[in-house]
Amino acid sequence: MAYRSRLAYLLSSPACRLSAVKSAAVTGNVVPSCRREFSWWSSVQPAPRDPILGVTTAYLANTRPSKINVGVGAYRNDEGKPVVLECVREAEKRIGGRELMEYLPMGGSARFCELAVGLAYGEDTQVLKDKRVASIQALSGTGAVRLFAEFMKRFQPEAEAYLPLPTWSNHHNVFRDANVNQHTYRYYLASTRGLDFEGLKEDLKSAPNRSVILLHACAHNPTGVDPTPEQWKELSKLFKEKEHFPLFDMAYQGFASGDTQRDNQAIRIFLEDGHQLACAQSFAKSMGLYGQRIGCISIVCAEATEAATVKSQLEYIARPMYSSPPVHGSLLVTSILTDSDLKQLWFKEVKEMADRIIGMRVALRKNLEELGSKHSWEHITQQIGMFCY
Amino acid sequence: MAAVPSSFATISQAADSTTTKFCGLRKSLLPTSTGNCFALPKIKDRSRLNMAVATDASRFHAVPMAPPDPILGVSEAFRADTSDLKLNLGVGAYRTEDLQPYVLNVVKKAEKLMLEKGENKEYLPIEGLAAFNKATAELLLGADNPVIKEGRIATVQGLSGTGSLRLAAAFIQRYLPGVKVLISSPTWGNHKNILNDAGVPWSEYRYFDPKTVGLDFDGMLADMKDAPNGSIILLHGCAHNPTGIDPTTEQWDIIADVIQEKEHIAFFDVAYQGFASGSLDEDANSVRRFAARGMELFVAQSYSKNLGLYAERIGATNVITTSPELALRIKSQLKRLARPMYSNPPVHGARIVANVVGDPALFDEWRAEMQLMAGRIKQVRQKLYDELVAKDKSGKDWSFILKQIGMFSFTGLSQSQSENMTNKWHVYMTKDGRISLAGLSSAKCGYLADAIIDSYYNVQ
Repeated sequence: MAYRSRLAYLLSSPACRLSAVKSAAVTGNVVPSCRREFSWWSSVQPAPRDPILGVTTAYLANTRPSKINVGVGAYRNDEGKPVVLECVREAEKRIGGRELMEYLPMGGSARFCELAVGLAYGEDTQVLKDKRVASIQALSGTGAVRLFAEFMKRFQPEAEAYLPLPTWSNHHNVFRDANVNQHTYRYYLASTRGLDFEGLKEDLKSAPNRSVILLHACAHNPTGVDPTPEQWKELSKLFKEKEHFPLFDMAYQGFASGDTQRDNQAIRIFLEDGHQLACAQSFAKSMGLYGQRIGCISIVCAEATEAATVKSQLEYIARPMYSSPPVHGSLLVTSILTDSDLKQLWFKEVKEMADRIIGMRVALRKNLEELGSKHSWEHITQQIGMFCY
Repeated sequence: MAAVPSSFATISQAADSTTTKFCGLRKSLLPTSTGNCFALPKIKDRSRLNMAVATDASRFHAVPMAPPDPILGVSEAFRADTSDLKLNLGVGAYRTEDLQPYVLNVVKKAEKLMLEKGENKEYLPIEGLAAFNKATAELLLGADNPVIKEGRIATVQGLSGTGSLRLAAAFIQRYLPGVKVLISSPTWGNHKNILNDAGVPWSEYRYFDPKTVGLDFDGMLADMKDAPNGSIILLHGCAHNPTGIDPTTEQWDIIADVIQEKEHIAFFDVAYQGFASGSLDEDANSVRRFAARGMELFVAQSYSKNLGLYAERIGATNVITTSPELALRIKSQLKRLARPMYSNPPVHGARIVANVVGDPALFDEWRAEMQLMAGRIKQVRQKLYDELVAKDKSGKDWSFILKQIGMFSFTGLSQSQSENMTNKWHVYMTKDGRISLAGLSSAKCGYLADAIIDSYYNVQ
């Protein structure tokens, strides 16, 4: 199994390597010095650990009984165990052993999208009645944001993305791999452990007009700091002046306050003001469907024909990425949202999860204060959602 | 003896700023912002802009309609047709003799098991379900294969064939920028889209010979030899899509020789393992022969057809390399590409595969069901051939139908002839002349033969 080794691979630049491979092959120059087999990939370095998912890997490897994992954003019950919602188990039974496993269309389940978007925007929203919303099923929140990033790269190549500082680390990866130029805008104020509203506004004002601004609809990840409704209204006006495009990432609807139609407030404010916006939704947390990869990307368009066109282009991006999305999660979500009993059960369960988290916040703060800490811990109960910064 | 340099430059972050080329895809048609800016009307309360004003200034008004997908679009057209005679020979999804979709018994059993186990729905790791990854590599190479024993394979669960191809393409773009992938002419249409969107340049090698309705082997070899050294050759592991024409074992060996001489990398798309001949091992022959030579390989796998798990999107990206240490590094970089695409893959299909393969009784039953599916296709090929020979008195050689393998047959019909099949006979197929035999029943072979004969002789 002898391979000629290639001097080329000592050289650093990929272009160099390639041309040297070509010349080595032609001249037959070999370097007989080392012992290992030649490989195309010898220069591939180990990738850095994912900063979030790597925590779980380390946690799993740790053997101490006292270990706690407060890394990844996956809900746990009071015993620290993963939870599968009752409404999901029931939905599973109903769809189990079903006849159809045929490919979904490229845009996924239309019914699922209809329900998802109704949940996100409010079922009575005018833009839905006017059929102005282009939506396709996506691979949870990550997939939804990635589809939008690819879409904006293709159809608004001059626009650049603005992400809050800080934001979920994978947001940066998504825009980078989609080759979209990205910047950050001030968001978190360490001194107050709250929102740097003035800094935020300044940065959005100084951004070029028609930038794409990533907003966390509720339960900001990682800070747990959300704008108030009044602040959202002010931002909506600012967006109008700057003609910015709002991209809402909503991964915690229902999970933040316990009320799905309160958690989407920011989106509804922007919709009322007539913005064309986009929403990347995930059902990972709010329905505990982490592993199903079930989400939705929706874009509000000027009118119905445009929505159909935009949808076709989103599908055109999805097709060479994975052809069509996985069906299982869409069936679970659809079962739950179309059955009034299951839907009520879900509302109840998601409120329970949200309440448990709120209860944890209260308890943690109380404990810290009782331990005699001199610091202020009020941010723990002021912040919202899964994370505490 | 083999020799390799021991230290290498770090892969630079420069790869991240490489612009993707959307070859042939439309760029934004939106004029510059100054040309299309709408003047904000002078209203007192800006927070209530008139909807009509917003309409003029849509950010997306210049977005054109995407072309219908040539394959998936066929099913849509079929659904819209109201004729009783209609036949869907478009997409490659298996149908029973009654032309119904088929959920394998083992899949139902696995799902039932899974319901009983009541496992959680936590995130999989980025690389997917470990039990699935182990099973899929073993299915591909055989559990005893030295590649597996030596740990020289990096396996990452992917979103069926497409997703696995895309992940490999993204890896190629990042670590072999500028290197071309050669694809067969013809090939599955989505291969081009995947490579385009991943920013990987491609060109074609001759494959289908319309004169013989067979393999243009000389053309294929010549094109592989002509390509710059160190290119990547995309090969179909078995049951070539769309032609159904596979190289023989001897031809595979010659192909491997050329690839080694030219220092190319073989990239296998394995979407029909077990489905082509009915035997998992036989269908993996090409990949195994290449791996046995110590070649580095890419292999994309799909369980859509052989386990009928189309909609679950379950497959794998495999990279076979020269050392376990390299395999680990490659796997880490595949993960780094997957994370900003979808974070981690969907769990359901992976669990089904792991459950089926992990239970000897279920595994045997799966093998039997695959034999059944492959058997039905072979039967239908025979029936269609018999009908064509009986009805076509011209003496034309239709035996290519029997020689081809897998779900698809390249009929040799031209675009206008294929259109005639649809417009006159309500037979839905792709415009390249491909028919999916999985969508054909024995009962309809006579009708199809009539349609083919009419289109072939009466339409130019």
